[in-house]
Amino acid sequence: MAQVKLRKISKRYGNLETVHGIDLDIAHNEFVVLVGPSGCGKSTTLRMIAGLEEISGGEIVIGDRVVNALPPRERNISMVFQNYALYPHMTVRENLGFGLKIAGEAPSEIERRVAEASAILGLDPFLDRLPAQLSGGQRQRVAMGRAIVRNPDVFLFDEPLSNLDAKLRGQMRVEIKKLHQRVKTTVVYVTHDQIEAMTLADRIVIMRDGRIEQVGTPQEVFEAPDNLFVAGFIGSPPMNQIDATYRASDGAAVLQDGLAIPLHRSGLVDGQPIVVGFRPDALAPKGHALFADNRRLSFDRTVTLAEPLGTETILFLPLSGKEIQARMLNPRVVAPGETLAFELDLGSVHVFDKASGKRIGGRSWQGLHASN
Amino acid sequence: MSFLRSPRAVPYLLLMPAIVVILAVIAVPLAVSLWSSFTPYQLTRPVTLFTFVGLRNYSRLLENTDFWWAFGRTILFITVTLNLELVLGLGLALLVNQITMGQRALRTIMMFPMMFSPILVGFQFKYILNDAVGLLNNALFDLGLITQPIPWLVEGTLANLSIMAAEIWMSTSVFAILLLSGLLALPKEPIEAAKVDGCNAVQTFRHITLPFLMPFIFIAMTIRSLDVARAYDMVRIMTNGGPAGRTELLWTLMARVGYQNSQMGMANAMGYVSILLSLVFTLYFYRKLVAARRYMGGVE
Repeated sequence: MAQVKLRKISKRYGNLETVHGIDLDIAHNEFVVLVGPSGCGKSTTLRMIAGLEEISGGEIVIGDRVVNALPPRERNISMVFQNYALYPHMTVRENLGFGLKIAGEAPSEIERRVAEASAILGLDPFLDRLPAQLSGGQRQRVAMGRAIVRNPDVFLFDEPLSNLDAKLRGQMRVEIKKLHQRVKTTVVYVTHDQIEAMTLADRIVIMRDGRIEQVGTPQEVFEAPDNLFVAGFIGSPPMNQIDATYRASDGAAVLQDGLAIPLHRSGLVDGQPIVVGFRPDALAPKGHALFADNRRLSFDRTVTLAEPLGTETILFLPLSGKEIQARMLNPRVVAPGETLAFELDLGSVHVFDKASGKRIGGRSWQGLHASN
Repeated sequence: MSFLRSPRAVPYLLLMPAIVVILAVIAVPLAVSLWSSFTPYQLTRPVTLFTFVGLRNYSRLLENTDFWWAFGRTILFITVTLNLELVLGLGLALLVNQITMGQRALRTIMMFPMMFSPILVGFQFKYILNDAVGLLNNALFDLGLITQPIPWLVEGTLANLSIMAAEIWMSTSVFAILLLSGLLALPKEPIEAAKVDGCNAVQTFRHITLPFLMPFIFIAMTIRSLDVARAYDMVRIMTNGGPAGRTELLWTLMARVGYQNSQMGMANAMGYVSILLSLVFTLYFYRKLVAARRYMGGVE
């Protein structure tokens, strides 16, 4: 059993605290992704788990041992680095077997396990090459192979795909996912790319400025973001966020341009400044989406820009002084300047408190049911 | 005349100043010295430069035990000093690399020995090691460690060790600086990977840091092997090849033969034989360097 527990973990450089007392439980064999913008403390947290960075406060438990004072080699972890960190003077075979050699394994055992890892990752043709003779994707595979041969309790990935081009990144993402299904191990994976986080994670940890903003399954953080930051960070294109004021008389959010969005939600007071959020999927030209009759809002808007992506087109339109995005499935050609009738799915509208940025209630229609 | 005005002449004309300088400073002296090694050329009798004696100087040289002693001593000198300088320089570089505060100041201080002229270093060590008035013997006396003065520069073996010590004192910092630059350029991630892979500090150094440093070590070795092989000034000052030729290195011997005995032809023949020695050392280190760099080709 190799669960990882972070207890009030903090990191200080002199007077500057970059990680502020993080609590996180990672279950055995769970794939957890730490995601956030650069400088949010996710890599620092990972490096503290690895033992490459001293822990300024709190406790890290791997398995059932507190590892604060243990050097990396005694934590039974392995790590894949952003720049691969291969040993340039060793062949792929030597790179893969290095950890085992240091651990004093028998040569026959090293050979067996290297062969196993190499077969999993398709590295057989490259075993006698030096890292300099490999492409980026191959080097990344060697780095992963080096991590799996040692059969560690915990895998740590530090932005492993960010040096690859977009296409290769997609492929390697799938390979990492397959690898985890095959080699069941606890994984802590750091990335700034929310798509990687969504596709790979059992649970996502969204961080900002050294604090955890939300922890949840990809589904949870996508469908019920705790606050405006998570709402804006997860999902592509990002969620539309519009300032509004709550009007108690008809239970609607009134936008600055006068449009009223019915919310039917409890816990709000008249005149409260709020932010209304909805994903581009919740807004579509009439006839391009099937939203329930009793919970949709129609309004006409002039399209300023159309971004055709093949299966869908992203439309840009003005709303309450902001430019927002709508998703048009089964697209037809739309010219900028064309006025369309849009429909907003009221069941997918999120409401946040303007002052605190915190989410208020469930989604609006669920909120309606709950309040009735 | 027409060639000089044609476009094809332009590159040669433009290069002419450089060609003239190279001819005057390198090519002609080299040719003259090579020629003179086939003559019984004596500085006091210039006309001897035109007497061709074939390989007579070289064949005499082969039977000259003084020369071969100096030859062997030079090899020993190079080997011992280079290796000790490497070990000490590496240690120094590793220590300085650990320091986070005042590293710049230390790096500057480390260069001090390099700033001295070897002649001055020679004098300095000569006075420190002087058996009667030297600092070292006096210190040892006062500490009660010796009762008789130790003849540092007079006894053959001690004199050789003393010269080596002076050479090492002066040049260890060259190694330290070069290796420190290597350490500073060292990528952090393979070292961290090694730590995660289970290496302790010694293993990390042995398997990761040292291979990374190899190109720097060989650059330092190449430079220093050329340097040490022409060690002359310090020996000239400290012992002048004495006692009884016990500290004679190739260059002091050559200078003695060429200028004091004015047998320039013979001295030049010695020079050409010795160049082989330099070439062997330099080629060896250069090859190692090329190999080590090919190794490290993947460093990003």
